[in-house]
Amino acid sequence: MAGTAVRGRLTWQVATVTAVRPETTSVRTIEFDIPDWAGHQAGQHVDIRLTADDGYVAERSYSIASAPGEPLQLTVERLEDGEVSPYLTEELRPGDEIEIRGPIGGYFIWDSDDARTPVLLVAGGSGVVPFRSMLRHRARIGSAAPVRLLYSARSLPDVIYRTELDMPGDGAEIVYTLTRQQPPGWAGHSGRVDAALLTEVAWPEDRQPLAFVCGPTAFVEIVAGELVSLGYPPDHVKTERYGGVGAP
Amino acid sequence: MTERLYGPDDSALDGNAIGGLLHEIFSTEMTTAEATCGHCGNTAQVAEAVVYVKAPGTVMRCRACTSVLAVVVRKQEMNCVDMSGVAALQAG
Repeated sequence: MAGTAVRGRLTWQVATVTAVRPETTSVRTIEFDIPDWAGHQAGQHVDIRLTADDGYVAERSYSIASAPGEPLQLTVERLEDGEVSPYLTEELRPGDEIEIRGPIGGYFIWDSDDARTPVLLVAGGSGVVPFRSMLRHRARIGSAAPVRLLYSARSLPDVIYRTELDMPGDGAEIVYTLTRQQPPGWAGHSGRVDAALLTEVAWPEDRQPLAFVCGPTAFVEIVAGELVSLGYPPDHVKTERYGGVGAP
Repeated sequence: MTERLYGPDDSALDGNAIGGLLHEIFSTEMTTAEATCGHCGNTAQVAEAVVYVKAPGTVMRCRACTSVLAVVVRKQEMNCVDMSGVAALQAG
């Protein structure tokens, strides 16, 4: 039927690791080459499938860390009791192949250069990964949209992409809060994201901002709830939950 | 009992987490589809549902009333899908 979008099958593809880069002691970024990669939008994710010699299969979802138009990058945090992440963060080497399907998702994406809509990104721990894609995308397309990232991390050494985030580009602001340990002389915020911090950092609701919240489930529930309390319409607060991966 | 059996807990994810699984089943992007709960009538995007992936099978619950919207169980290469808790599903 003319004009009807072609329904696309989501198929597993073989991805070859081209580079790995440590981000923190427990986090690393992996770059892949996928011959038929269709491209992605900022905020989407992929599924990864690992098959053991005995046929046991484990699947996990990981947010895409690179901007649309860049090679596919995933940033993975090693979870101590994880089944997949220790392999991805410690074993995987350039030249290795794994199975990936994607890109996936249409809800938690940002693709706008609308200068009238300020964007608030709130990240808990590795929840910053899709926001790195959005920030890079914003810079690549020269978007004038004002963007503020509020990033909650345990300590400064736990901050992922720190060098990159220190140069966020025109009109983008990065605000850190360190929940467990602050370096001597730390002038930034301390403690968890709460109503007081959001009142200070979040765009006022009368500017009709769009908010994205990503991180551990408990973090997302609290932050999204507080943003709605500040007057953000619920449908302007997009959420993505990573589960119980430890408090940021 | 103080434990919340069915409310969102730390292990709960959301509909984003099953975007791949639902795409596999419906052959299209489904996280922006709007699902209406057959129990309370709440309509929300699939991405906003409460999702448990560590239950026996994958369970999707209404964020408003916690009723089960859908259960997907994989048997070898086949997905068994029970969506009897969804009153309406509108593509996004």
